[in-house]
Amino acid sequence: MNKLALKEEILLRVEKPARYIGSEINSVRKDRADVAVRFAMCFPDVYEIGMSHLGIQILYDMFNRREDVWCERVYSPWVDLDAIMREEKIPLFALESQDPIKEFDFLGITIQYEMCYTNILQILDLAQIPLLASDRTEDDPLVIGGGPCTYNPEPIADFFDLFYIGEGETAYNQLLDLYLENKRNQKSRRDFLLAAANIPGIYVPLFYESSYHEDGTIAQFKPTVEGVPATILKEIAMDLTNTCYPEKPIVPFIKVTQDRVVLEIQRGCIRGCRFCQAGQIYRPVRERDVEKLKEYAIKMLQNTGHEEISLSSLSSSDYSSLQELIDFLIKECSEKKVNISLPSLRIDAFSLEVMSKVQDVKKSSLTFAPEAGSQRLRDVINKGLTEEVILQGAKEAFLGGWNRVKLYFMLGLPTETEEDIRGIAELSNKIAMLYYETIPKEERKGKISIVASTSFFIPKPFTPFQWSPMNTKEEFIDKAYMTRTAVMEQLNQKSIRYNWHEADVSMLEGVLARGDRKLSKLLLKVYEKGCMFDAWGEMFKNDTWIETFEELGIDMDFYTTRERALDEVLPWDFIDCGVTKQFLIREWEQAKLANVSPNCRVQCQGCGATMFQGGVCFEN
Amino acid sequence: MKIRIKFSKTGPVKFIGHLDMMRYFQKAIRRAGIDVTYSGGYSPHQVMSFAAPLGVGLESQGEYFDLELNSFTTCDEIKTRLNTAMAEGIQILSVRILPETAGNAMASVAAAAYEVRFREADLPQFDWKPKLVEFLNQQEIMVMKKTKKSMKELDLKPFIFSFEIKEDVILFLVDASSAGNIKPSLILQAFMEQNQQSLSEFALLVTRMETYGYRDDKEQRELIPLEEIGYLA
Ligand code: SF4
Repeated sequence: MNKLALKEEILLRVEKPARYIGSEINSVRKDRADVAVRFAMCFPDVYEIGMSHLGIQILYDMFNRREDVWCERVYSPWVDLDAIMREEKIPLFALESQDPIKEFDFLGITIQYEMCYTNILQILDLAQIPLLASDRTEDDPLVIGGGPCTYNPEPIADFFDLFYIGEGETAYNQLLDLYLENKRNQKSRRDFLLAAANIPGIYVPLFYESSYHEDGTIAQFKPTVEGVPATILKEIAMDLTNTCYPEKPIVPFIKVTQDRVVLEIQRGCIRGCRFCQAGQIYRPVRERDVEKLKEYAIKMLQNTGHEEISLSSLSSSDYSSLQELIDFLIKECSEKKVNISLPSLRIDAFSLEVMSKVQDVKKSSLTFAPEAGSQRLRDVINKGLTEEVILQGAKEAFLGGWNRVKLYFMLGLPTETEEDIRGIAELSNKIAMLYYETIPKEERKGKISIVASTSFFIPKPFTPFQWSPMNTKEEFIDKAYMTRTAVMEQLNQKSIRYNWHEADVSMLEGVLARGDRKLSKLLLKVYEKGCMFDAWGEMFKNDTWIETFEELGIDMDFYTTRERALDEVLPWDFIDCGVTKQFLIREWEQAKLANVSPNCRVQCQGCGATMFQGGVCFEN
Repeated sequence: MKIRIKFSKTGPVKFIGHLDMMRYFQKAIRRAGIDVTYSGGYSPHQVMSFAAPLGVGLESQGEYFDLELNSFTTCDEIKTRLNTAMAEGIQILSVRILPETAGNAMASVAAAAYEVRFREADLPQFDWKPKLVEFLNQQEIMVMKKTKKSMKELDLKPFIFSFEIKEDVILFLVDASSAGNIKPSLILQAFMEQNQQSLSEFALLVTRMETYGYRDDKEQRELIPLEEIGYLA
């Protein structure tokens, strides 16, 4: 039986001790003596969130298929255990072996959102690994980062030995082989990093530096050593169907966010919404073969015993064999008493019919993400959804028995006016009115309920809005009030509930998203002052952040509200995600003219992603 | 048809709470491919009844739940299949068919046997064994028991069916019905308090050894392990 890293007295004192014991079904145990590389894969948030992430499950499976590698998992200890581990100097451990992370060869950290940056420091600190890559020695694990935030790795560059830019399926084997060879030849950590810097997709921050203009913008970003590439091209798995996929995903003992089988049907998105980073960095769209997906569905349900299956993609409605896949799942799952959950479906006759088959209409709600309140602004952001389509979808849904609607919008989008903001309330009201027009009084099952939510727009790297100023906190708050007032003026205001996001955390996310290397000392400082779990509302200490900006003389506005010139060197310019800067500039200009760009299937926009020689670009 | 399943829970999995154990078995039964009966509705679930919830941190050699089946092979075959779907530390000990007349596992629970040890660091610093015998042999054992809303005074004596001290291990057979449900820690806490000592929260290592019900016989109220209410086939 596995020996636990934590004493029983500790496990009995903390919340949800099962987070820390490992031993879950399908978790992989190997003999320490049989493996040459120990890899700890980390999601820097609590277990329930980290365990719900598909990317880690894919890499975990891929690594463990190699006999010479043992890949294990580690998540952020929650604050109760965190305090005990610090007090008792217990080193952070991996779940499977319960061995200290500091004894591993690699610590891989997936970075999915900016507000987990302080948790990265928590992980390193608890693992007793020096926080700065430059302080690490031959004995320390190599710390490697991956995930969407690494498309601008600069704010956290000082904490990582390497970054893997792009999709993990392609270059990791090469990296691991290189590591083994380096070890065999008894070469140093630096030798390994130098060689690794030449593997496609690998960025070793230590070998690059930035110089700055007086105004704080970047003068030049370049390699400091010979033979290291000046730009890093993202890695991408072009033949998605034949890459590995975890047929035996781990089944957690406790309830996690994604407590179901997840079928990733495609990667990328054809739509090109201009605010959306995922829509650009995962280009071009690549689909998995439907036959293969059917096979995975059966095997994964069998191997996990999950009672639910869900499709994953940025826009499932665009998957070309969706109908076939769903028909198959409905048949298979009703026999097996498995629920189907279908997020990110466009509301139309097809999806409504499917949804009425797989869920309880009375209990479920319809979700629309118009993102902006007016057609003009929707054109600016290139959100193809028109009011007509929304109303048509809603009408059909009402006739089908739905009476709950969720609407998602953003405030602070480029070129936004008061009229656009009022549009949020007006659209909500129109949908409510439509319900009363469509469904006669006698047939109504309760009132219509509309929940409109707004988040604040944060410009992200590699989007056409990467040059755009972000609103100030005051503007955001004013706009939220404006929305609320407008909602209250509507005829059906009693049926509309309005929610908005916190502005403070959005401002910080804005800083970190487009930040540069100068921010690493800020992160260090706020972490030292006790900030972590910033993504958890109750843990977020805004005052500490603000005070630290002031102490270090770092101006938040420089990163958020400033409009960047098109020729400014952006911190992430050295990364090539396949989409060209010319394309992004063209899209930024089209946005300002409120011109819509058709999606990849209607008309190729020449974004640059054809360089990967596949996917949607070569469909016809 | 209804079957009764007995399992053990030892090692790290003892930190998994009762609700999570129920979820665990829902999935394990699917993995094992048992032909179980589902409830209707949009999110069908297996028709299952657990005997007595086991607290986090306790081990057990005698946990039970009942399961409704559509079709049946043999008790042995079901047991083997379930065991291939188990996580380390959870083992299926027996599978039996329940007679039509038997009540469900939860309602049937009458008593439980526990094996209790002090953790080494928490061993009482006095000659506790004779004192404990004396304590348990009192006419009445009054304690304050926390109920949902208040504290109320309770006599433990009628709920302690028997006890035995072997080396450093204390064996208890106590009432575990919904009316009684006495935890060994409650008894030992009262004992320590009577001796002007306190019992630290994690001082005890507790294993539930067996869960009992009554034999279905009006004349003779005899306690039997819950599995013995069922039969093999
Ligand atoms: S090159 Fe054309 S088809 Fe390919 S991703 Fe870019 S816009 Fe779409």
